[in-house]
Amino acid sequence: MAVKQFIEAIHDALQEEMSRDERVFVLGEDVGLRGGVFRVTAGLIEQFGEQRVLDTPLAESAIVGVSIGAAANGLRPVAEIQFADFIMPAVNQILSEAARIRYRSNGDWDCPIVIRAPFGGGVHGALYHSQSVEALFTHTPGLKVVIPSTPSDAKGLLISAIRDPDPVLFFEHKRLYRLVKEEVPEEAYTTPIGKAAVRREGDDITVISYGLALHFALQAAEQLAAEGISAHVLDLRTLRPLDEEAILEAASRTGKVLIVHEDNKVCGVGAEVSALIAEHCLFELDAPIARLCGPEVPAMPFNGNLEREYMLSPAKIADAMRKLAKF
Amino acid sequence: MLAENELLQHPGFTSAAELTALPALRVVQPDGQANEELLSRVSDEELIAMYQQMLRVRLFDRKCIALQRQGKMGTYAPFEGQEAAQVASAVCLANKDWMFPTYRDHAAAMTRGLPMQTVYRYWMGQMDGFSVPDELNILPPCVPIATHLLHGVGAAWAARLRDEDTVSFCYFGDGATSEGDFHEALNFAGVFHLPVVFFCQNNGFAISVPFARQSASPTIAKRASAYGMDGIRVDGNDAVAVYLACQTAIHKARNGGGPTLIEAVTQRFGAHTTADDPTRYRDQAAMNEEWRRERDAVQRLRLLLTSKGLWDDNREEQWIAKVGNELVNAWEEAVAKPFSEPIEMFDHVYSKMPAHLEEQKKLLAGGGLA
Repeated sequence: MAVKQFIEAIHDALQEEMSRDERVFVLGEDVGLRGGVFRVTAGLIEQFGEQRVLDTPLAESAIVGVSIGAAANGLRPVAEIQFADFIMPAVNQILSEAARIRYRSNGDWDCPIVIRAPFGGGVHGALYHSQSVEALFTHTPGLKVVIPSTPSDAKGLLISAIRDPDPVLFFEHKRLYRLVKEEVPEEAYTTPIGKAAVRREGDDITVISYGLALHFALQAAEQLAAEGISAHVLDLRTLRPLDEEAILEAASRTGKVLIVHEDNKVCGVGAEVSALIAEHCLFELDAPIARLCGPEVPAMPFNGNLEREYMLSPAKIADAMRKLAKF
Repeated sequence: MLAENELLQHPGFTSAAELTALPALRVVQPDGQANEELLSRVSDEELIAMYQQMLRVRLFDRKCIALQRQGKMGTYAPFEGQEAAQVASAVCLANKDWMFPTYRDHAAAMTRGLPMQTVYRYWMGQMDGFSVPDELNILPPCVPIATHLLHGVGAAWAARLRDEDTVSFCYFGDGATSEGDFHEALNFAGVFHLPVVFFCQNNGFAISVPFARQSASPTIAKRASAYGMDGIRVDGNDAVAVYLACQTAIHKARNGGGPTLIEAVTQRFGAHTTADDPTRYRDQAAMNEEWRRERDAVQRLRLLLTSKGLWDDNREEQWIAKVGNELVNAWEEAVAKPFSEPIEMFDHVYSKMPAHLEEQKKLLAGGGLA
């Protein structure tokens, strides 16, 4: 197995699925000659031609709407929204159309599209290149929302998403693109959507997270192990549908739960995870459920000091974990 | 009676004079007189078939309003006044073509073969009212306004990738042309020269808001040039003009000639839906018999057919009786089929039902609350 970066794993998944299935094509802004602004689609236009690696007009609703129509006519579009911040013009297409075409046609039509978008901050992206938008979509039945945190999951989950008969939003934390590397199988494989993964076994406290924050949580857990606190870390991987069984199991295991995400707290994914735990295993708990999330401000500031303060870090998470362990 | 100049003062009323002032394709005049050269492109059989279908859907439309009033159907969107636009366009499509209708385009969908019974069930709110026969590519009616124009473009892109000669045909109203998706769809189709026909039924009102509030330009067709595509404005109450414009645009699209924007200028005689009261925003009484005579597509085509000896009172009577039976029989079939059960609510959310939905379904089935 070769060691791959997160971004390479995503690129490989696209390349392999496009080779395997001629119905698969990518479309978006700058995905062709430019190879994407992060270069996720680098080299695809040379291999598959400009019709299957389609540089579209700068129009996000069109990128998603055209994907929906192409899927109705038998293709498997993988749409790229250049930054998750810019998905807003396409929200009507995603919520009102993609999420309910199967439902409102009584199963006659489906919508096998994937919408990929880099999200998250910590890269000096300022107000409009840093946001976490997942909570907008996790509320909507009919959608699947996936956020991988490791290269092997990124590849396996993207292949699953492309083969999935339902619309999947696939958010890639842009800070992970070149930060995380690991051995990734060469061949195509699928990682199931809807299944969380235990990243670290522990007995004192449980940390539930996803994306970049998951890595910070693992680093914090390592620090705390040296202090004698054993942390159990669950990577959600899919935010809709949530892996309820895994969440409840992880919560019950230690009775102390910290939910961590970069997105702000109010009505974020942590709210739902916390409600699930409260509904199903309140009496297994030994401490109030804790959440560590982004601040309640509209966007990530451009100013470096403010951005640093906005972002989560292993130190911040370690503090929250210590506090919970002591409770 | 209102004098002509008085009538013009009512907002949103398109006068015949205005229609002539802005160029529009018209083959048959309100009195049934036709441009014979253009008319010769359509066969007698085609004319008769279009007329029969226009009358059929009008009777269906009226029946639906009655059924809604009797509490047998849900809120219904009537299309009376737009029969020529819908029927004469839909007859131009081949079976393999793709149709993207709105909630007011069931006349067009029925013309392509959507069973009457299915349309009844759609407006009754039955889940299978969305089902389209397998051989027809008709998407379920679009309600959010203009979103489906992009789906038409996407289906056309898929046809392009597979080298198929199918055409996407999108129905929408004048209100939809104010939406961003209208622009994004026409721009995309223009850039890639895709086989799409954008067919706008400009009926003068988006619920209560007159066309002048949708557009500073007096015509929608003119916008086509901004997208590098052809545009044509037709008299939407003239079935022959609609037919010729659509036939040409579809043929062109099928043969690599790119997209077309068609503006069919028409009107809805009635309310936006059965939940709407048009007297709050326009003078319905002014849309009297005389006003309609200028605009009624069914009447116009009948005058033409009668003058050609292709139709008479006897045939009219027989056809109305035949359709009357169909309306009743289809309704009986529609109500004889089982009605949707609450438990069906959970089907078709995803391809495979996830655990949390299984659980809700089980709870409901057991008499509990989902």
